[in-house]
Order: sequence, then structure tokens, then C-alpha cells
Amino acid sequence: MKLSKSIILPFLDWVDYRLPVFSYARHNLIDYPTPKNLNYWWNFGSLAGIVLMIMIITGFFLAINYTPHTDYAFSSVEHLMRDVNYGWLLRFMHANGGSMFFILVYIHMFRGLYFGSFKAPRELLWIIGVVIYLAMMGTAFMGYVLPWGQMSYWGATVITSLFSAVPLIGDTIVTWLWGGFVIDNNTLTRFFVGHYLMPMVIFMLVIVHMWALHQHKSNNPLGVDMRTPADSIPFHPYYTIKDMVGMGVFFIVYFGFVFFAPDFFGEPDNYIEANPLVTPPHIVPEWYFLPFYAILRSIDNKLIGVIAMFAGVCILFALPWMDRCRVRSAKFRPIYRQFFWLFFADCILLGYIGAQTAVEPFVTIGRIATAYYFAHFLIICPLICKFERPLVPPESISAGVLKAQKGAE
Amino acid sequence: MSISMKLSRTLGTAFTGLLLAAAISTTAQASGDSVKLEKQDWSFNGIFGTYDRGALKRGYQIYSEVCVSCHSLNYVAYRNLMDIGFEEDNVKEIAAEFEVEDGPNDEGEMYLRPARPSDRFVAPYANEKASRAANNGAFPPDLSLMVKARKGGPDYLYGLLTRYQEEAPDGMELADGMSYNEVFPGHQIAMAQPLDDDAVEYEDGTPATLVQHAKDVTTFLAWAASPEMEQRKRLGIKVMLFLFVWTGMLIALKKKIWAKLH
Repeated sequence: MKLSKSIILPFLDWVDYRLPVFSYARHNLIDYPTPKNLNYWWNFGSLAGIVLMIMIITGFFLAINYTPHTDYAFSSVEHLMRDVNYGWLLRFMHANGGSMFFILVYIHMFRGLYFGSFKAPRELLWIIGVVIYLAMMGTAFMGYVLPWGQMSYWGATVITSLFSAVPLIGDTIVTWLWGGFVIDNNTLTRFFVGHYLMPMVIFMLVIVHMWALHQHKSNNPLGVDMRTPADSIPFHPYYTIKDMVGMGVFFIVYFGFVFFAPDFFGEPDNYIEANPLVTPPHIVPEWYFLPFYAILRSIDNKLIGVIAMFAGVCILFALPWMDRCRVRSAKFRPIYRQFFWLFFADCILLGYIGAQTAVEPFVTIGRIATAYYFAHFLIICPLICKFERPLVPPESISAGVLKAQKGAE
Repeated sequence: MSISMKLSRTLGTAFTGLLLAAAISTTAQASGDSVKLEKQDWSFNGIFGTYDRGALKRGYQIYSEVCVSCHSLNYVAYRNLMDIGFEEDNVKEIAAEFEVEDGPNDEGEMYLRPARPSDRFVAPYANEKASRAANNGAFPPDLSLMVKARKGGPDYLYGLLTRYQEEAPDGMELADGMSYNEVFPGHQIAMAQPLDDDAVEYEDGTPATLVQHAKDVTTFLAWAASPEMEQRKRLGIKVMLFLFVWTGMLIALKKKIWAKLH
């Protein structure tokens, strides 16, 4: 008690006066006003942040045991699995962590779609999020190449070859990506460097994402702004404990896979060392790319297919201007709500189609699903906005919460 | 409209897509020529599964008497056999039966020496070309990761070893030196049936049937592919128990903290 009063507190004050880390933390992590009505769908952003940290930490330990060379990459992974203490745990946490990261981020994104979190004034927050998502896809793709299994090699072949569709400079881009005229050691080395660099970029983007978030604070299930002090509660302890509950439940799922089904998300072929002379009968990307892979394959022209695939992601940038309905939450949008779930089903269907061989009836279904995917953004969202008569949201969060409580009684 | 009704309606829309997908997947499987694998009751199945020690030893015996003449086991070291119950002296003897190239010595020459427990299993052929030359052009793959590297894992391997047919069905012409296998993709396999009843005389007196052989060697190769499995599942149970208790406490704490809120 005495010590803290005489030495520690003055020291903290001294630091805070010069570098306000403590008041900053108090402002942004403790007192930070948060809507009082956030449901558990609002857990997924912080969960994704936790997984990002797990990925960076396990990734560091994987990297110090890994050899980025075509002759040694595969066996260095096996060395890690067999001879390094808890090496299998590190690798399975990292490999499954990748899949978990995408599951969490997809839920986080659909949450944003349902409750209108991308709408004014949070457009930039949403856009930074889409940039993070793009960076994650690049990182995951490069990471999947590193074990140098058959699917690593052939997945890299298929995906990098896509860039050859770019007019005029396509082949140059591919040569530059490969670091040569075939996928070889140069490719592996640069992918390793890229895979280590990109998470740092993602980390910084996440800080910018948080920055934008804290400007206008969280959206909420009612989609109305916080107006009075009665609408908000301090982040700590209410949402620190709620986020920790989510973390506990998430860890049960995550470590369930890590310990009891570590290869669930993997392809058996990736336990065969890369062999440029043997093409696997069925090349599939990792599950989280499958919807976009389906879009790519449903168009016969390679260039247009590639453009459509990238457009599939980049169209998310335009969403705040496609859906201009002033009511944010789908709770009060009876028509949009139906089409939200249709869109969700369409994404799942595209993912399923992406995993199938390109034969009928999958090709036709894939084409319809692709058309619907783009129609959702380009036609359906603007049309709903025009013709839907949304219900009237409550005036404030506290009014809405009180109304819901009365309804329950 | 109550919340549950809304939920069921919206979920219903989503699941229509899933059901459609499931229906398509069934027809696709029916039209494919992949054979349904029979699921075996492996000792290492389930969250409490362990490798049957007897099966591991018998499986090693089969590998070392039959498979080893063509297949390498590059990622397994002789010392690893101590993890499945072999004595250190025994492992030293096993290793010493093989020779590995070492060097260069003080004269700058490479030389052969008996293998030590720290060496990896010595491969039957020096390289892929040598093994193709000895095997009618076919390359017997390394078995270290085989159980993880095939769809169906141990059930695939068991099926492959037990479902050879003497003759190919009518209308199918087998190439010279090839055999017919119900499970192998394309059904035409370069490996002649490797195991049969009494292929190996077990040291522990277990009846030497084909089914027994196939189960034992598959168990051994499952261990070779995932030697960490027992440690992984043991640790996993502890972690899960901790997480259940911890999450339960967090939920209780959350309720207590939020109860103050009006």
C-alpha cells in the first residue's frame, strides 16, 4: 500500500504525463462506451483478433523450425511434427487456426451484413475490414504453399497461373511471382517471406480498423446510434467478461479440432511431398476460397473468370453505396432479412460447388449461384432499398431494450 | 411473429440451399466409381483411442519381413521403436542389421557403417530410379505418412490390402504385371497382393490370417504417420476438461457482473 502510493503511482503518472499509454488504455479499453445491447454475434471481432495473435506467435515458432527450400521444406515439417517438443501442437494450432480465423471473420462479416454495420458513418471501417480480408487471403494462400505437399504445389500452380490471364503483362507477372519460369525454390522462398511479412501488415490494418471503430463506436442489433448515457455501458467489465465467455466457447471448438481432428480441414494429398511430374486427380483450394473458386470456374473465358473472382471480393467495397437504406438493422427490414439469408445460402452453395469437379449439374448450378451472388449486390440490394417499407426502429437503444423487456413480460 | 418463428423461417431458407447441395452430392457419389470403404473398429479411433501395443509389434514384424523389401519408411527412426515398447538393446540390434553411408572419414572417403538407433529406417533402394528399375517401372511409395495421405486413412489401407481379386472383371484388360484391386483408384495396381494367410508367422502366436495381417500393419503405419497421437489425445482431454470448467466459471461470472445492470 505504502509502496504503491509512494513509488509506483507517481512513476505511472510520470510516464503517463509524457506518454499517455495508461490514460489511452483507460479511454479505449475500460471506460470506452459500448452499446448496452450487443449480442453474442458481436464477439467475433475480438475473437478474430485473438486468433491473429495465436497465429503470429505459433507462426514465429514454426518459422524457426522450418527450412524454406524445396528439398527440405516437407521434411522440415515432418521433423517439427516428430522430433521437436510439442511441434505437432504448434503446427496443428497454426493450421487449424487458419481455418478458424476464416470462420470467425466470415461470421463477423455476415454479422455486419445483417445488422448494417457497413453503413454510414462506418463505411471506412467496413472497407478497412475488406482490405484485412484480402490480406488474409493472400497470407493464407502463401502459407498453404510452405509445407510443400502436393496440394501446396498444385494449388500454387493453379492460383499463380491465373495472373497469366492479365493482358500484355500477364506472363511477366507470373514470372515475377514465381521468381523464374517454373514454380521452384525461388517461389517457395518468396512465399515464405511474404507469409511472414503479411501478418505484420494485417496487424497494422487491424489497428487502423480499431481506430475507425472507436471513432463512431460499435453498431448494435437495433442499428440505432447511441444518444444518451443510458444507451451505453463501459467496455470493462461488461464486454471484457462477455468476450472472455466467447473466447472460452471458441477455444473448446478450436482445441477440439487441434487435439482430436487436426487434419479435418486439410487435404490428404498434402501429406505427399510436392512432385511436379504427378498432377493430383482433383486440385482443390482450401475451403475458405471455395466460393470464389466456384465463381472463377463458372466462367469459360479465363480473363473474365479471374476478373469475376476478384470482383467477387472487391464488390464488398461498394456495398455501402449499393445498400443505401437508412435503417441499418435487418431486424426492421422484413424484405432485406429474407434476401440476407438467401445470399447466405448462395455463398454456402458456391462453396459446395467449388469443391466439386467441373461437370454437370455442378457447372450450371455454379453459374446460377454466381449470377445470384453478383445480383445480390448490384440489383437486389438497391431494389430492396427502393421498395421496402422498413419498420420504424426505436428512438434509442434504451427505449428499444425497454420495449423488448416489456414484450418478454 | 415470435422470435423462434422468425428464426426457423430464415434458417429454413438457408437450409434449403444446403439440402439441395446434399441431394446433389448423393447423386454424384452414386455415379462415381469410388468404392465404399468398410469402416474398421480401430484401437486408435475416438478421443480415448490408443495404439494396440500387440498390433504395433506384429505390424512392425510384417513391415520388416514383407513391406520393407520395396517400401521405405523415411521419416521414422529406429529409436522411435522404443516408443512402442521395444527395448533399447533390441533396437540397437535391429538397426545394426542395416548399413548406412557415412563420411567422409579422415582419408576423405565415404564408408558404410552399421545403422544406429538415431538413424532413420534404411530405404530398400538408393533412389527412385533404382526402385523403378527393380519394380517393373513402378515406384513403391514411402509409407511414413501413407495413413494420413489417402482419403479414408486406415480404412483405405486395410481395404487395399484385403480386397485384391484374382481376375479383373469382364471387359477390363490388365496391363502386364498388374493386379486388380477393388479399392485402388483405377483398380489396376502394380503391387502384387503383398499379404495373404500365413504371410508372416507371428512371434506372439496370434493366428496369421490376412485380415489380422492387414489390421496389424495398418495399425503400425498409423503410428508411423501420427506418432504424436496418444500424447495429443491425452493432453487434449486435460485441456478440454480445463476449458469446460474455465468457461463455466466465466459464464457464472458474466451473469453476476451483468446482473448489476438495469
